[in-house]
Amino acid sequence: MSDTSTTTDLVLDVKGLEGGYGQIQVLHGLDFHVADGEIVVILGANGAGKTTTLRAVSGMIPRTGSVKLRGEDISNAKAPDLVRKGVAHVPQGRGTLPELSVEDNLRVGAYIRDDNEVDADIDKWFGVYPVLGERKNQRAGSLSGGEQQMLAVSRALMSRPSLLLLDEPSLGLAPIIVAELFERFAEINKETGTTMLVVEQNAQLALGIGDRGYVLESGEIFTEGPADDLINDDAIRKAYLGV
Amino acid sequence: MELFLNRISDGLSNGATYALIAMALVMIFKATTLINFAQGEFAMFGGFIALVLATEQGIPMWGAVFGSMVITAVCAAGIERTLIRPFDPSDHLPLVIITLGLFLGINALAGIIWRFDPRAFPELFPSGNALTYGTATLSWYTVGTLVTIAVVSGGLTLLLNKTKIGLAFRAVSSNLESSELVGIKVGPTLQFGWAIAAAVGTLGVCVFVASPFRQLEPNVMVTGLIFAVSAAALGGLDSLGGAIVGGLAIGLVQSIAVPYLGVPSELSLLAAVAVLMLVLLFKPSGLFGTPQVERV
Repeated sequence: MSDTSTTTDLVLDVKGLEGGYGQIQVLHGLDFHVADGEIVVILGANGAGKTTTLRAVSGMIPRTGSVKLRGEDISNAKAPDLVRKGVAHVPQGRGTLPELSVEDNLRVGAYIRDDNEVDADIDKWFGVYPVLGERKNQRAGSLSGGEQQMLAVSRALMSRPSLLLLDEPSLGLAPIIVAELFERFAEINKETGTTMLVVEQNAQLALGIGDRGYVLESGEIFTEGPADDLINDDAIRKAYLGV
Repeated sequence: MELFLNRISDGLSNGATYALIAMALVMIFKATTLINFAQGEFAMFGGFIALVLATEQGIPMWGAVFGSMVITAVCAAGIERTLIRPFDPSDHLPLVIITLGLFLGINALAGIIWRFDPRAFPELFPSGNALTYGTATLSWYTVGTLVTIAVVSGGLTLLLNKTKIGLAFRAVSSNLESSELVGIKVGPTLQFGWAIAAAVGTLGVCVFVASPFRQLEPNVMVTGLIFAVSAAALGGLDSLGGAIVGGLAIGLVQSIAVPYLGVPSELSLLAAVAVLMLVLLFKPSGLFGTPQVERV
């Protein structure tokens, strides 16, 4: 990214982000940004603060520092308001509504919308993931892990976000399902231009679809760079790619 | 045989009231896993408001009941906002104490305003019998109570399944965090649940005291609440259909099992508690409830 890019190109601009749980501070001043249309990956080991970073961005935990969405300060916005500003968050561990049917999960994903295209969008996602269409009247909690992740992502995209936050979408899923899921993320990014911030432990896959990446260690940014550079960086390869 | 049929009829009409209060309890439990111990007192207060609207304002009886349902719904929404929402929803003990405090406070307030002497409540259903078989009768009152729970459960089902606020309410009942992440404001959604519950409870009490054999007084729901809690627990605390089945079952236990087992009628309350205990012991999720899963 060149320095000429202005804040209007930045979907998300985070400076000095700190946050944690109760007395425990997890994030120690993170600076990162996501430009329009990018897929940015945040890598890190267990406990590095990846999930906390996403939760801080979307207003689910108390945080300090500056968080700007397309230039607008959202440092004090709470989760339900951020959805209305175009941020959708797929939390770790699916984040579906287990007692609701598959179709109702998608419908509730469009909760903030008032237009007439909700039904058409539901059909669109049933087209993208036919297995969801076959099970539309089934309770979401009865789906397999992979199906629930498909539903969680579709549910998030039902709000027609401009920024999608994905928290370890690969967690607990079979490798082949994860590969399909990530292929789909890349397609969605290309087709709809949805900007994505992905937190992952599966560095290989995430960097495979990502434009840039940040590596998080103990709540600080350890290194950052274009995805291709990170994938070829020896230190990163040893620490996070397991090769 | 005819006595038996009469007892069934009595049991169903009592049970219908328990079912209505139980549905009110279920609405709040579904969303918050909290039992509102003041639910019966909200309803009793609503009964008095309906009586005042009818006798002092001259509003037709069903209009007065409907007006009172609206008024108690607004009051319950206010109570939710001021006394419930400021507290951590996951810490139940303070909330239970608040609902017990409301129970005592509303009961006392009703006593101060309307005194403790029982008052006749106008009938809501035609008097007389719909069916007669020998000395066995099925009164219009019993028919009316059953029609009322059918209408209420149908209405609640439509409200929860066909409206946006209903969808939000079901989402909040299922998972708080995911609900916030789709943009649902949890507080107002729960407030809606409190309002609906209060309206349903008010209808329950009005129907209860509209029996020619009952009168309205501030303690009318004190034991009724215990039957209703038992009914809700029997049906499964998060199931509206279960509340109806549970309510009717408790009503029938009270009117059939108790006399045939020779339990003195003073102890019929104990029968309800015994049912409650057996349910909690052998099937904690009730007949139709969702088995408890860890909420994250």
